[in-house]
Amino acid sequence: MSGGAAPLPWWIDYALLPLANLALALLVAGLLVLATGQSPLTAVAAMAQGAFGSGEAVGYTLYYATDMIFAGLAVAVAFHGGLFNIGVEGQAYISGLGVALVCLYLDALPVWLVAPLAVAAAALFGAGWAAVPAWLQARRGSHIVITTIMFNFIAYALMEWLIVNVLIKRGQMAPETRGFNGGGLLPGLDRFLPLAPTPLNPAFAVALACLLLVWLLIWHTRWGYALRVVGASPRAAVYAGIRPARLVIQAMLLSGALGGGIAFNEVMGAQHKLLIGFTGGYGFTGIAVALMGRNHPFGVLLAAVLFGALYQGGAELAFDMPSMSSDLVVAVQGLVILFTGGLGLMLRPAFVRAFGRS
Amino acid sequence: MLRTLAAALLAATAALALSPAQAADIKPAILFDNGGKFDKSFNEGVWNGAQAFSKATGVEVRDFEPQNDSQREQALRTFARRGNDPILAVGFSQASSVAAVAKDFPKTHFMIIDGVVDAPNVQSILFHEEQGSYLAGVMAAMASKTGKVGFVGGMDIPLIRRFACGYAQGAKSVNPKEQVFENMTGTTGAAWNDPVRGGELAKSQMEQGADVVFAAAGATGLGVYQAATDAGKLAIGVDSNQNYLHPGHMLTSMVKRVDIATQKAFTDAKAGTFTPGITVLGLKQGGVGVAIDQYNQSLVTPEMKARVEQAASDIKDGKVDVHDYMTDNKCPM
Repeated sequence: MSGGAAPLPWWIDYALLPLANLALALLVAGLLVLATGQSPLTAVAAMAQGAFGSGEAVGYTLYYATDMIFAGLAVAVAFHGGLFNIGVEGQAYISGLGVALVCLYLDALPVWLVAPLAVAAAALFGAGWAAVPAWLQARRGSHIVITTIMFNFIAYALMEWLIVNVLIKRGQMAPETRGFNGGGLLPGLDRFLPLAPTPLNPAFAVALACLLLVWLLIWHTRWGYALRVVGASPRAAVYAGIRPARLVIQAMLLSGALGGGIAFNEVMGAQHKLLIGFTGGYGFTGIAVALMGRNHPFGVLLAAVLFGALYQGGAELAFDMPSMSSDLVVAVQGLVILFTGGLGLMLRPAFVRAFGRS
Repeated sequence: MLRTLAAALLAATAALALSPAQAADIKPAILFDNGGKFDKSFNEGVWNGAQAFSKATGVEVRDFEPQNDSQREQALRTFARRGNDPILAVGFSQASSVAAVAKDFPKTHFMIIDGVVDAPNVQSILFHEEQGSYLAGVMAAMASKTGKVGFVGGMDIPLIRRFACGYAQGAKSVNPKEQVFENMTGTTGAAWNDPVRGGELAKSQMEQGADVVFAAAGATGLGVYQAATDAGKLAIGVDSNQNYLHPGHMLTSMVKRVDIATQKAFTDAKAGTFTPGITVLGLKQGGVGVAIDQYNQSLVTPEMKARVEQAASDIKDGKVDVHDYMTDNKCPM
């Protein structure tokens, strides 16, 4: 990739490049919409209106963005250690179990006590689920991509079995636990701030705190430096006296714990019960978020808000333009993921030529 | 120029003044279940009913297909906030969302098919699936040459066991020694949309000797019908009339008239006669039945037809009481 790795001012890498990719994605998506005989401009306007047009819209966008921040950070942290964690989805799913157990059995306690416990449980369960693939990678060299993908399926099977057979509320058909009561209910942010009632909840604040902490950890601690060295070159790391195996395990544990934030936001913050498939694919979208955000917390934040807006705006699009099929909405979302994530570096050489400092 | 502008303004005001009259019309909306709007079965039945309503009244019906479970409640709220009324939720899994949203929008009317929500502004529409399935069982047993028939369910829930139990009762009313194989596709919502696994289950039942297979499994059933057709056996459709899918191989369809229920619910709401509470539609109300049309005429013998009609009238008169699995979570068969 000639010029691909050349240094660029940070605002180009983290803001201008993603924006250009987004514009390209919307252009192609617009052609797709045009091909189905609809106006792309109306569609874009409806999506923007649906994502940011009202207090309610913003609330929903940020609520989805919360999931994306956790997922994006989880992928990003592992990525700095040269690890591709595709198992955030499964780690978050298992974290849901931890959150649900805390909320189901400790809901007699006040919420300010239950919430930190739920966060801890989410982090612990997520890290626990990441531990085995991490150990296998570090000590046995089993490729993390393969093991984390496989662990996703184990997580699905385990959680389905638990929810359908053990945790289900008796006498109902939907596979979900009973709704949480009392201390198990994380109040929405609209209870504290003058906002429209949405599922946006304090998990958003936790996500923002995680962004800051990850930034400090990766760029301002000895551990973060060591991790980046391992990610850039494990052999150089060994030469410098760093033990990669240990860092690999630690980074994966942290990644799994961050993924657990999705469970905190969804299970305790929004759904108030544990249900099948509450992770909704956010763990996988996190890969695109991290790619688009260039694994930097600030980039992850921007990308997370964009994907939150896509989710929310896409849902609203179905209401505003009933003739637009839901599959087309998914296709538009997919195009944005493709261009901003998969083809994220496509335009970079051109930017290097235009802005590069030699 | 000015005159045209004034005329345009006048026309606009006139249009505005007219709009309250239109606002008196209802703005119905439908929230579909996981199978999707075009599953050729349950959801599509609702859609067909809504289309019939639109055609008859000219009232537009909005709809939404959720991509994941968390969108259900959000979609109901969005509909309600936008002034859609009545709002129809399709499927038992929407019950908790409907309960939550109905509480927050007490003036909006909600309906739910296959679920029960106890609220003053919710109408719960249920069906006597066991009665229709009983008739399907009668036909299956009469058409079977091996004395063995199969049932493939979608998600393993009491509602689907109700289908299975009614089917078994019907089959055994014809031949007490009739063997009924019963398989469920899965335990989660994904079981409604897994035609490959449906086909595998049907194949294994046919290998055991079943020559008629009844599927109550949403889009999963499409795989069951294909497998039965490929093997030269018979299949029984569900919810919508699916006889046309494989003419000559679809013995019948156990129709659950969600289309009629939908159309009626919207029509009632339009007439201002929305009734909260539980509505149960059985054979007597024309809510369930077996479909006989040009696609399966050749498969239905006169004896079969007579026997089904007899069984139907016996159930209507109360002479035959088909056991409902959901009353005690047990099946006597």
